[in-house]
Amino acid sequence: MNSIEALKELLYKMADDQLIIGHRNSEWTGIGPILEEDIAFSSMAQDKIGQSEHLYNLLHQLGESDADTLAFTRNADQFHNSQLTELPIGEYDFSLIRHFLFDFAEMLRFDGLRNSAYMPLAQLAKKFYGEIKYHTMHASTWVRQLGQGNEESKARMQSALNEAWNYALGIFEQGEGETVLQEEKIFEGEASLQEKWLNAITPILEEAGLSIPDKSTWEPKNGGRKGYHTDYLQPLLDEMSEVYSIDPTADW
Amino acid sequence: MAEENNEKIDSLDPRIMRASLDHSDIDPLESLDQFQTFEVFHQAKRGAQHQHVGIVHAPNPEMALLYAKEQYARRGVTANLWVVPSKYVFATSYFDDDMFDTTPEKIHRDPATYKVMDKIKEYKERQEA
Repeated sequence: MNSIEALKELLYKMADDQLIIGHRNSEWTGIGPILEEDIAFSSMAQDKIGQSEHLYNLLHQLGESDADTLAFTRNADQFHNSQLTELPIGEYDFSLIRHFLFDFAEMLRFDGLRNSAYMPLAQLAKKFYGEIKYHTMHASTWVRQLGQGNEESKARMQSALNEAWNYALGIFEQGEGETVLQEEKIFEGEASLQEKWLNAITPILEEAGLSIPDKSTWEPKNGGRKGYHTDYLQPLLDEMSEVYSIDPTADW
Repeated sequence: MAEENNEKIDSLDPRIMRASLDHSDIDPLESLDQFQTFEVFHQAKRGAQHQHVGIVHAPNPEMALLYAKEQYARRGVTANLWVVPSKYVFATSYFDDDMFDTTPEKIHRDPATYKVMDKIKEYKERQEA
């Protein structure tokens, strides 16, 4: 795999992650627990979809189709998002835990990419870093709040964490271009990222009184990066592209 | 503060006080049964004054700041935000608003009426001459 192919692999998984979790989180719009939270969660979902568009634009510059075509015309097996991002929103505890686990990984990924040798990506990472930092502040505040809330809130958060955990490990599924990206100093690699991620989330979960599942039970839900998805992704894509499909040539 | 005083009297309404009602069978509202409100102050750039922009509902200051960011700093430029529990705002009474009646007439207190620019200009011209 040459460095351009490796770079595309990286950009696809990042863009697809952002688009799919952005779409999922936007499903809370109008039904969030309180008005302020509804607005905050919707706004962050919008941020993620915006970030995905910028990443698709980088792919377009590398010869792939334009952002709309990439977002709206591919089938599930052509998507490279981690399976974590495509799971249904569930109850708010699950959406919050997913938001927490995913956004910390995403913040650290962008943090490292600020020094990427691929300048267009480094510039994008610098631009988005602050935005994602807020997303993690929002997530960790909620996790602490509910982890330290009452028995019910703590039990719900723990059970959501257990449910999401192996899917979250799937974020760090390694791609074929891994070594090339490291050699070219484009990206630090998924293993390094996962270690940073664990170091970042562990103290927050401890403070919240929540326990990371025992290591003996860890089984990363891999496959997403290679186009293997749960049955939840295709219906999401069908819904997301419903309007686009009516008239793909329409100018909005 | 007002809250603590309320513990000693049943009501500020003298008619309720005179009625000597028995409140023993009424459950008081639990605290945080509803989130409290926080007043939000927005600063556009460092050194500028924080301006009041509105309120948010939140269980504590930390979450109030999170919400203030999305409600009031989502668009436009922001350097800093403050949140202050609304219960700590002390206000004048509208009943007394006649104390402000003559304020609009006191234009001599408004620096806009000073002819200072003319004097500065005059001074500069004199210096140059």
